[in-house]
Parts: sequence; C-alpha cells; structure tokens
Amino acid sequence: MQETSFDIIVLGGGPAGISAALTARARGRSVLVISNPAGTSSLWKAHRIDNYPGMTGMSGSEMLEKMTAELQALEIPSITGRATGVMPMGKSFMVSVGTDVYTAKSLILATGSAQPKAYPGETELLGRGVSYCATCDGMFYRGKNVAVIGTSTDAEEEADFLRKIGCQVEFFDRARAKNYEILGGERVSALRADGAEYPVDGVFILRDTVASGVLLPSLALEGGHIAVDRGMKTSVAGVFAAGDCTGRPYQIAKAVGEGNIAALGADAYIKENGS
Amino acid sequence: MSVLELNKSNFDETIAAGDTLVDFWAVWCGPCKMQSPIVDAFAASQNTIKVAKVNVDEEMELAQRYGIMAIPTLIAFRDGQVINKKTGLSSAEEIEAMFR
Repeated sequence: MQETSFDIIVLGGGPAGISAALTARARGRSVLVISNPAGTSSLWKAHRIDNYPGMTGMSGSEMLEKMTAELQALEIPSITGRATGVMPMGKSFMVSVGTDVYTAKSLILATGSAQPKAYPGETELLGRGVSYCATCDGMFYRGKNVAVIGTSTDAEEEADFLRKIGCQVEFFDRARAKNYEILGGERVSALRADGAEYPVDGVFILRDTVASGVLLPSLALEGGHIAVDRGMKTSVAGVFAAGDCTGRPYQIAKAVGEGNIAALGADAYIKENGS
Repeated sequence: MSVLELNKSNFDETIAAGDTLVDFWAVWCGPCKMQSPIVDAFAASQNTIKVAKVNVDEEMELAQRYGIMAIPTLIAFRDGQVINKKTGLSSAEEIEAMFR
C-alpha cells in the first residue's frame, strides 16, 4: 500500500512547491507533493523567461520539467490530483484528494495565483445541489438533470462518470459560457449560463484549484491572497504558504525563495512540536 | 459514548428522544474519511449526545428522507426533530455548536 502519512505535505507542484519539497527533503523530512498536471501551471504557459538566474531564455514548460525532474531524481513522492479539503487535527492535518486521505504534521500551500471567485449562489447552495466532487456526490443525482461547469483538466472525465452512473449531464466549458449564476432556495433549481436558464437539480463546479477559503476555512486571506508573515506562516499554526498564492509579484525567483522559507518554517514547527 | 451504526429498522427509535448526532457517509468519499475520526472523538468526549453513523450506500432511503445531496452531512436531532444540518467537513467545535 502507498504511504499516506508524511512529515510535510506540499500542495502545488510549481516552483514554490518544488523548492519547498527539495528543502524539506534536505532537512530529512518525508514529503508528499500533491499537484495538478503540469500543463495547468501558469509557468507552463510562459513563452520565455529571462530573469531567472542560471536558466535564462528557457520556456516555462522546459523550466518546469527541469525542476520537476529534481523531485523525481530524489524520489520525492508526488501525486496528481486536486485537494478538496484540509482538516486540522490538533498535531496533524488531513488532506482529502478525491477518495483518498493523506496526513501530515505540517502543510505548505503553494497553490498558485488562480484564486477562483465563487459564482453567485455557489456558496449559499453548497451541499444543497452545488458540489465540487462528482465521485463523492454523483450518486445522489442518479436519474436527475445536472450541470457540470468544467474548467479543470479532468472535468470531462468527471462528467463522463456522472453520465455512467445515470445522470443527465449538461456540460459547460469556457467556450460554452462565461457568466454563471446558480438559482434556488432550499435546493438548486436552475443554472443560468450567459443569460440562458437550465433547470437542474445539481451543479458540479470543477475547477483546477479549490479556493483557499473553502479548502481551509480558518485560513486568513488578504486581498484574495493567503496572508503570511516573513516566515511564510499563515494564520493557522503548522500551515505555511509560498509563491503566487501569497500575492504579487508573480515571479519564479520569489516563489522559489518563499518555498525555501516555508519548508524551513515547517521543519522548525515539527521540531517544536516534538519530532 | 460509543458510536452507533444506524439503519432503516433502528433509526427512528434511536433519534426519538434526546439529542442525537448522525453522520451520513460512504466508503468512497475522501472527506468522509476525515470526518469520521472527528465524529468518533466527539462521541468519546461527552455523554449527553448520542452519536451515530449512516452508510448512505446501504441506507439510500434514509439519505433520501433527509434530503442528503452531498457527504459528509451531519444532522443534529432533538427528540426526533432536525435542529441543524451541516454539509462538508466539520470540526469538533462546529459539531458542538450544532446542539446549542
């Protein structure tokens, strides 16, 4: 069976997350990196980077591949998936990824700049027709009409899963509509997409990143970013953050530096707590 | 207090009197696996509220009766009546608050 318990879990496989994982490993900590497929990283899309020492003129995808190869060379375990929930458990944290749960003594959030904004009605109707997880909640919608707003890379797969178990699925991607509103009172009654209304019992919203405030509701934010101090500590003891998710500038050098500080902080935190 | 496993035949009599917390869950639900130990610890920490679990795969009828549309969902019952319902992960403090 795969190991599910680690010293440190890093959420995010961009420069900040990779830097944090390398530093944590250098400190002798066991680390797990949970990340989306590389193609979803904002770095992946960069055409050419000229301000990162030692790798001048490289494309974003080349650079990310080079950095990821360092994780692989050190055999640092990493899984592709989306963390949907984090629960502090006193001296440890649980992180759910699909149907799996992992635990760690400390967490490093390096989730990137994409901080999704909730659609009107989304938060109000969460659990009353709005869901972020097709494999978790799909069975409650068997034989019913559901809408999938799929901007994540695995959205098509999840929509297929819903079809397979017997849901009537209306699939929306970026090309089909831009503006959404979820309607309903006690329960979801319809989805409004670019002005058109679709009567549905459920709306599955599948994004690459779960908003930090949903992932860990006790996390303090500042202007939409995760609030941190100079030591990359967040408002939750044992949770650190690094990279674009902590705010501007959205630069690789800043992300790598913050990842390093966050990992040193996590290492010190674990030590203070007795191991 | 130990955690009870509820099904269609023992559900109503269990929630009929006093306070009961019911955790609706399923084996394939990641967040439910996180909720479960928190509910267990809550059960062990006090003696006034009955704590029970319902496996929604096996007890679809109960899940439908209470309009469960996502899991984990926790429902607080007082003398057979729903006094609070919460979907998504809940901490021990949030569970306590459901009965206040």
